[in-house]
Amino acid sequence: MLNQYPLWKYLLLAGILIVGALYALPNVYGSDPALQITTRSGEVDVGARDKIAQVLKQHNIAYRSISTGPNGVLVRFKSVEDQLKANDDVRNALGSNYIVALNLASAAPHWLSDFNARPMYLGLDLRGGLHFLMQVDTKAALQKQLEGYVGDFRNSLREAKIHYRAVMRDKDQLELKFPNVTERDKAYSHLSGDYRGLSFTEQLRDGYPYLIAKFTPSKVRDVEKTAVQQNITTLRKRVNELGVAEPIIQQEGEDRIVVQLPGIQDSAHAKQILGATATLEFHLVDVEHSVQEAVDGHVPPGSQLYHWKSGKPELLKKRVIVTGDQITDASSGFDQQTGQPSVNVSLNGTGARIMAKTTQENLKKPMAVVFIEQKTRTKMVDGKKVTTPVTTKEVINVATIQSVFSRRFQITGLDSAREAHDLALLLRAGALAAPMHIAEERTIGPSLGKQNIDQGKESVIIGFVFVLVFMALYYKLFGMIANVALAVNLVLIVALLSMLQATLTLPGIAGIVLTVGMSVDANVLIFERIREELRAGNTPQASIHAGYEKAFSTIADANITTLIAAVVLYALGTGPVQGFAVTLSLGIATSMLTAIMGTRAIANLIYGGRRLSKLSI
Amino acid sequence: MEIFKKQTHIDFIGKRKLAFAFSATLIIIALGALITRGLNFGLDFTGGTLIEVGYPNSVELDTVRKALEGAGFDDAVVQHFGTSKEVLVRVAPREGMSSAQIGDQVISALRKGRANGGQDIEMRRQEFVGPQVGDELKEDGGIAMLVALGCILIYVTLRFEYRLSVGSVAALVHDTVITIGVFSLFQLQFDLTVLAAVLAVIGYSLNDTIVVFDRIRENFRRMRKGGPLEIINASINQTLSRTIMTSGTTLLVVIALYVWGGELIHGFATALIVGIVIGTYSSIYVASALAMAMGLNKADLMPVKKEGAELDRP
Repeated sequence: MLNQYPLWKYLLLAGILIVGALYALPNVYGSDPALQITTRSGEVDVGARDKIAQVLKQHNIAYRSISTGPNGVLVRFKSVEDQLKANDDVRNALGSNYIVALNLASAAPHWLSDFNARPMYLGLDLRGGLHFLMQVDTKAALQKQLEGYVGDFRNSLREAKIHYRAVMRDKDQLELKFPNVTERDKAYSHLSGDYRGLSFTEQLRDGYPYLIAKFTPSKVRDVEKTAVQQNITTLRKRVNELGVAEPIIQQEGEDRIVVQLPGIQDSAHAKQILGATATLEFHLVDVEHSVQEAVDGHVPPGSQLYHWKSGKPELLKKRVIVTGDQITDASSGFDQQTGQPSVNVSLNGTGARIMAKTTQENLKKPMAVVFIEQKTRTKMVDGKKVTTPVTTKEVINVATIQSVFSRRFQITGLDSAREAHDLALLLRAGALAAPMHIAEERTIGPSLGKQNIDQGKESVIIGFVFVLVFMALYYKLFGMIANVALAVNLVLIVALLSMLQATLTLPGIAGIVLTVGMSVDANVLIFERIREELRAGNTPQASIHAGYEKAFSTIADANITTLIAAVVLYALGTGPVQGFAVTLSLGIATSMLTAIMGTRAIANLIYGGRRLSKLSI
Repeated sequence: MEIFKKQTHIDFIGKRKLAFAFSATLIIIALGALITRGLNFGLDFTGGTLIEVGYPNSVELDTVRKALEGAGFDDAVVQHFGTSKEVLVRVAPREGMSSAQIGDQVISALRKGRANGGQDIEMRRQEFVGPQVGDELKEDGGIAMLVALGCILIYVTLRFEYRLSVGSVAALVHDTVITIGVFSLFQLQFDLTVLAAVLAVIGYSLNDTIVVFDRIRENFRRMRKGGPLEIINASINQTLSRTIMTSGTTLLVVIALYVWGGELIHGFATALIVGIVIGTYSSIYVASALAMAMGLNKADLMPVKKEGAELDRP
């Protein structure tokens, strides 16, 4: 008999529906604005819960619940205003040993999270927060690395007793000058074996033989890739310091990094921590020469003029003793004797060895800490806007070396406890492999996010109801069947988005709305076919069968072409456009299932296997 | 309920000259607008700083402008966003100032301005896009469109016939140009979401075209009588109620998006509304008529041995 499905198809569809409903369910409960409080060391603090409750009571902030879990203490609030107010108060009361993070906690019951069912991940435009696109200056990373080879080459040549005139870096290449060709050839055979990432070429300039070393293309890619990766790691550390519950830090394209900080509103502070690609350098102060002479233009070789924030000049030795990437830990505190704010710094093995040697040789001499920060400046060049990264170097501290120290030491002379805290934070977060600047920045206020999500929901519901009414009027019973399929389709899209934890953005919602409109297309095609078959005088059962059969290839063609557009969008788009592409393609897949198999199953249940004289279509 | 009780017999293709003239006019207007007025690119493409602020009560744009002019932002673009309480300020990137500085100065200027009006303001959104990123986006967006069109051309050629594929791509270009032309003509803001919508229009319009083509192919193989003109006409008539139904429901939801979806997706919804209307028209008149003008005939669509009817079955 026509129009009957085997039992397994019904079971399969029912199974998909049940799983879909289960994973879509957490979204019904919504989520609460919350604070997540953890200790910096990661240990669970039993007393923290009561302390926080007390603080909240003191400041008269209403909260929904407070609980201790494996991820620390979670406090849920009724409104974002309460959450933000509590954030400041709790942060102040608990001090720097705790990380207080803004969070959106799912309000779904516990048994759902046992199935790993979580609500959709909301994009920044729906929940508010900060978005940064960081541009990594990979060229600088290459040059920095190349610079490192200068010393290596000198040592290596000296050890091999090969004579050379000079080793220097010129932009993207190293130039080695030799007194004669024999030495050069010796150097070539000596160096080329050890430095596989470099390609050497010979040159004759002003009568001297030169060796020119350049990175090989594969090495260049390698260095750039590691630089971006290392910056991502560093950013991740810094973001953790900032206290964000669910940050997104990922590579975009070849040399960009996206940072999304949901819930955070204080853009200036975030930028200071993220954007300030800061590092420290320790230099000895040049006490043999006069600062005034240097200011007048007579900077002695081996020294360089630096400035304090106030503009006061300081003459320092060029040689860097230790840099920021040799710092393993830094914490802020107060000097035990003077009570001044201070930063305690720990160095790694190499750094400690160099520091010990330097301090031993230079006891009672002053040493300076230089703070190096990367900023950007936009200029107009030939009518075009050009953004150039600008490096500022600033002396933040000069202190006399009181004793020989190596692994651990203290920096004092800072203006405030806040400054000490921020400095420690920057040091702890490590150095960046390459300078970065902010190429794009977006801040979305929490009220706007809420408004976006409300309006998004509203338009989905209204559009959905329009279509339901229209279909029911136009195709009667078959229209109702299509409506059931449409509802299931919506549930499945939401379930898939929740399962994949794909980011739902405003364009993503638009994608869902569009899918609702388009997914009836398959049913319209089928039903119009059935009507045609009926008009041609076929029996109702045969018409249903032929309608589904004949419409299939059309539906497939139409959907595959839309899918092509969606895939191209995903591949070439960024952030919000990708969100749209994801919902659109998921929608196409689920609507194929529900509109073809789903409606057929219901039609078969109603009409299948019996004699009919009329169809309600 | 049915739109057409009986099978319609409208002579669509017979009016193709009129349709070509109509399409040509639209395209000339669209291209003319694009050349003379260009697109009003959004922040995503131009770079610069955008600040959205909320006032507790309605605010006059002039007040806001004056406050900004006082702070040296004469070039700032100020507009209401959604309601008269929300104001959008756009400032081009300027020399020697970071985005944050611009943002802070704009906000403090507005706060100062409020002292006269006595209104407190809320920062709702602040965006900064570097000029390089914007330029790249323009390029990538254009590439995305071309790649999408190319892929579709290949797919339709494989599935159907090259004349139909040229017809469908011509219809897509037609729809895209006219949709973008509308944005240029009325100087509506063209941002990233609009670009996404235009790409969605490509997908949608194609969907429509494919359905008609599918029927044309089927009818060429089945109908013994009639030349290409009659067969194409019959195919369009047979799919007419489906075309109107689908466009109708999609339009309904997109209109819901336009009315209730909020200001941020207005551009997106506008592009889709224009695109769906034009896409429906073009799948009837442009794609099929062009394929016919190129001399599509029966032999072209007869099944090849390899591509049996079985392939089309579920």
